[in-house]
Amino acid sequence: MEYKGEGAKGVAVEIRNITKSFGDFRALDDVSISIEKDEFFSLLGPSGCGKTTLLRIIAGFETPESGDITFDGNSILHLPPEKRECNMVFQNYALFPHLSARENIAFPLKLRKMNKDEIRRKVDHYIHLVELDGHEDKRPAQLSGGQRQRVAIARALVCEPSVLLLDEPLSALDAKLRQNLLVELDEIHDKVGITFIYVTHDQSEALSISDHIAVFNEGKVLQTGSPYEIYESPSTRFVASFIGDTNIFPCIVENSVYDNNLEEWLITVQIDELGSTVTVTDYDDIEIGRRLYFTIRPEKIRIVGGERKLGENSFSGFVDEPVYSGYQSKFFVKLDNCTFIKVLKGHTTYLDDGPEIEWKDRVSVSWRAVDGYLVKEEWSEKR
Amino acid sequence: MRSYYKEKRSFSFSNLCLFFVLLFLFLPLIVVIVYSFNSGRAMVWQGFSLNWYRELFTSSVGLWKALWNSIIIAITSSITATILGTAASIGIKWYRFKGRTYITVATYLPMILPDVIIGISMLIFFSSVNLPLGMFTIYASHTTFNLPFTFLLVSSRLDEFDYSTIEAARDLGAREYDTMVRVVIPSIFPGILSAFLMALTMSIEDFVITFFVSGPGSTTLPLYVYSSIRYGVSPVINALSLILILLSMAIAFTFRRFLKSFAASA
Repeated sequence: MEYKGEGAKGVAVEIRNITKSFGDFRALDDVSISIEKDEFFSLLGPSGCGKTTLLRIIAGFETPESGDITFDGNSILHLPPEKRECNMVFQNYALFPHLSARENIAFPLKLRKMNKDEIRRKVDHYIHLVELDGHEDKRPAQLSGGQRQRVAIARALVCEPSVLLLDEPLSALDAKLRQNLLVELDEIHDKVGITFIYVTHDQSEALSISDHIAVFNEGKVLQTGSPYEIYESPSTRFVASFIGDTNIFPCIVENSVYDNNLEEWLITVQIDELGSTVTVTDYDDIEIGRRLYFTIRPEKIRIVGGERKLGENSFSGFVDEPVYSGYQSKFFVKLDNCTFIKVLKGHTTYLDDGPEIEWKDRVSVSWRAVDGYLVKEEWSEKR
Repeated sequence: MRSYYKEKRSFSFSNLCLFFVLLFLFLPLIVVIVYSFNSGRAMVWQGFSLNWYRELFTSSVGLWKALWNSIIIAITSSITATILGTAASIGIKWYRFKGRTYITVATYLPMILPDVIIGISMLIFFSSVNLPLGMFTIYASHTTFNLPFTFLLVSSRLDEFDYSTIEAARDLGAREYDTMVRVVIPSIFPGILSAFLMALTMSIEDFVITFFVSGPGSTTLPLYVYSSIRYGVSPVINALSLILILLSMAIAFTFRRFLKSFAASA
């Protein structure tokens, strides 16, 4: 297939200024997103942030107060759910309990009065696609959670919609199965090549599977971007702390100089919680005196036993709480000025790993200026 | 595996309770069945005979007529009550309109009111609209008192119903009618069926209300039995009882098996 570059296929779904309230509660507040053709797009946010409401508006189960949604440039808001070119995979699967897996999948085709051979051929194709061979005559109650999920996906795909909506489809499954199904979902997306809009509260799911993510909180879209952009350059404090784990401190910009070697600005910020200044790089010059947030991911902090000065941005303290989880350890380090900082240390080979760090050990932590990040969200004195 | 159930074999208090409950339930039935084979008329055992069965099948025209009336009324009124009850519970559960809760409460009224009151008020109503008492009035009253029960049974089934399947059906292209016929009705069918069976039995056994609203030529089985008691209980009734017991057991087991197979697959 010819690669046309990002965005070459055009916009499939355009969400413009959607606002929706339930009584006094504003579920969606002026939400605008454009979703490209055939991409895997995630709506990510904590529960109650409005992401499911947006999905239900796209599907046609809720009506927004204002705004518009277009599929390929045509507004769909006036259409009833059955007329929209999208199908939904429900959180609890919503399979028809009185029908077998095959009959569930054939349901939309029978409604369209398709001839029997055609139905059979299509249903067989999708049963095979979601790897349900051998289970097609079982009722939903006789299927496992993962199998029900596959039936639900096949049933939504069999109508060959241009957009597939998935409402937290994996949330009812156990962790291991969730990982496997996520990979399969990605494969299915590659095979059918249509736009997937995926709602989830699980940031690791969203990061691993999406082409683009929109992060929601309290009815607003905080940031839209690729998983890399969202993780590495969060636009707000909420995005930084919701996606992955991080250390985040309010800071005041003290100095900003251009570094010719790095080809970036080297910024010095004062962090009261650390009782010290920290250097951090940024692509832009930042005005001195701005009150922003400084964030550093736990996995980007180096931790060594003993008291050692490790160059720039170095602090020492005690290990307050080591959490061992096999391939990595997480340390809650209590710095000398009583601030806690989270540090993640990956365990590699025996030789590279260094001496074991234990509870109450004296340690030094440090990070490089290029690994920190300044979140461009202002704070005021009375927080 | 350690056998937990073996200990239950021995005498226990719960088994004793079970024994007495079963005795309490079935002793009257056993007495009726035994006396249906008695050769004498009195409640004294006078020897085995099938006299009463012969009389039942050869010279009890009134009784068969009454049974036939009962069956017709039971079937028609329970079908009507089931349809109305199902429609009402679906409507009240899924459509938002003013006065829903009042309707729900009002629907349960006939269940709470004593039969005598319903019977009298039905009678007053029918005579005020000049409706001649007969099969139709019995049918109408049975439908009325069955409605709360069918409504309740279907409603409780609907409570377990997953509303998102309706959204799924619409999402997959089903219009409202398709959704109702292909998704909602089939998945609550066990509830509808048990509502129908409940209505059927309540209609067949009703005496009080029927007593008020029956007219000439519309005697149902309970009314017939009651009137024949005045001339002393004929053991023909005992014979009929055995037949009815066997018949209803057969029906109950058939439906039970059906419901079980549905539950297993649902």
